[in-house]
Amino acid sequence: MAERSESEEVKLLGMWASPFSRRIEIALTLKGVSYEFSEEDITNKSSLLLQLNPVYKMIPVLVHNGKPISESLVILEYIDETWRDNPILPQDPYEKAMARFWAKFVDEQIYVTAMKVVGKIGEERDAVVEATRDLLMFLEKELVGKDFFGGRSLGFVDIVATLVAFWLMRTEEIVGVKVVPVEKFPEIHRWVKNLLGNDVIKKCIPPEDEHLQYIRARSCVLSLGFV
Amino acid sequence: MATEDVKLIGSWASVFVMRAKIALHLKSISYEFLQETFGSKSELLLKSNPVHKKMPVLIHADKPVCESNIIVQYIDEAWNSSGPSILPSHPYDRAIARFWAAYIDDQWFISLRSILTAQGEEEKKASIAQVEERTELLEKAFNDCSKGKPFFNGDHIGYLDIALGSFLGWWRVVELDANHKFLDETKTPSLAKWAERFCDDPAVKPIMPEITKLAEFARKLFPKPQA
Repeated sequence: MAERSESEEVKLLGMWASPFSRRIEIALTLKGVSYEFSEEDITNKSSLLLQLNPVYKMIPVLVHNGKPISESLVILEYIDETWRDNPILPQDPYEKAMARFWAKFVDEQIYVTAMKVVGKIGEERDAVVEATRDLLMFLEKELVGKDFFGGRSLGFVDIVATLVAFWLMRTEEIVGVKVVPVEKFPEIHRWVKNLLGNDVIKKCIPPEDEHLQYIRARSCVLSLGFV
Repeated sequence: MATEDVKLIGSWASVFVMRAKIALHLKSISYEFLQETFGSKSELLLKSNPVHKKMPVLIHADKPVCESNIIVQYIDEAWNSSGPSILPSHPYDRAIARFWAAYIDDQWFISLRSILTAQGEEEKKASIAQVEERTELLEKAFNDCSKGKPFFNGDHIGYLDIALGSFLGWWRVVELDANHKFLDETKTPSLAKWAERFCDDPAVKPIMPEITKLAEFARKLFPKPQA
């Protein structure tokens, strides 16, 4: 990793099992940015976190030269604009707008809907699974003819949609429902394989065994490990 | 750019449509406004925004862009050589603007709307208190972002001014309905003055809907139950 210059202090307050935290690590690693990672206990938030993100009191928070930035999509755009190597967002304004659209869709539609599976059984759960699949079908169509949402290489939407690949899809065992079956979503499955072929992704996603253990423990309490 | 090249699907009463209009006016872009009929969705809207089926949709050279804040950024980037910059120039200031714009939509607007949909006095009081709290945060955000200048964006209106300012008509309607003033010289001195300046801006004045018309429309959208 490059030597950190004295004027460049990058710190990330995050949590190892959070998709929102991991996506920041992916972006920083893709760009070769050195950073100090500070693991937060989300059940006992540090005074630093509360001070740096008083509005939401949540991770991730990126601190660059003492200045904090919160909200993962905002942080990702900041990273892309500050460190220009290996761009994450497309240059073309229309393509950029589409990338922002799909990223918002993943966080505000897919994530929110999929979370509703928690604590539901029978018909209610089936309805949520169906609703999640309907939303995922939009992503499925976006991937046709592409290795990644970003085209030939990883981009903004891929980084954000790791939430689908390594959180939603990892919880299938635990929920006991194949939310994303390969017969219905061949493109998404192909995309996940492509992601797993990428060194930065492999390095930055939570290790599978520990992650599954964590999700199992959390699903007994409340969430599906989405944090 | 020819008029036929730019279309905006929307409605005169929509806050989100207004954001797109202000951005287009700031950049002096000619466009065709396609007014949606209340209570139904046009073929063009459904075709241009199949994911959300919502307005506004900007159609530029036949390519649709959806989501108001994404449209505003697109307008800024696609017409970056004309008119003033809508987003601030420094990445950190852009991050702060994006953070607060997202807060306005995800938190502040939700509580404002809940005043209109509140069932009974208790619920209404609770929603009012929440809006008060959240508006206080925005007052502070204004002071931090403006750094003594007239707008969130500095000398001229920008992204965050547009994000919040587009609500001013509806905000007044809610104040009248709830019989409660949120924007005033004692509680929110900076925002109260900013609101006047924003409404007077040449890009805003011609398109800000009349309060009486909005109030009438609100009664249609949020009918009061018969006593």
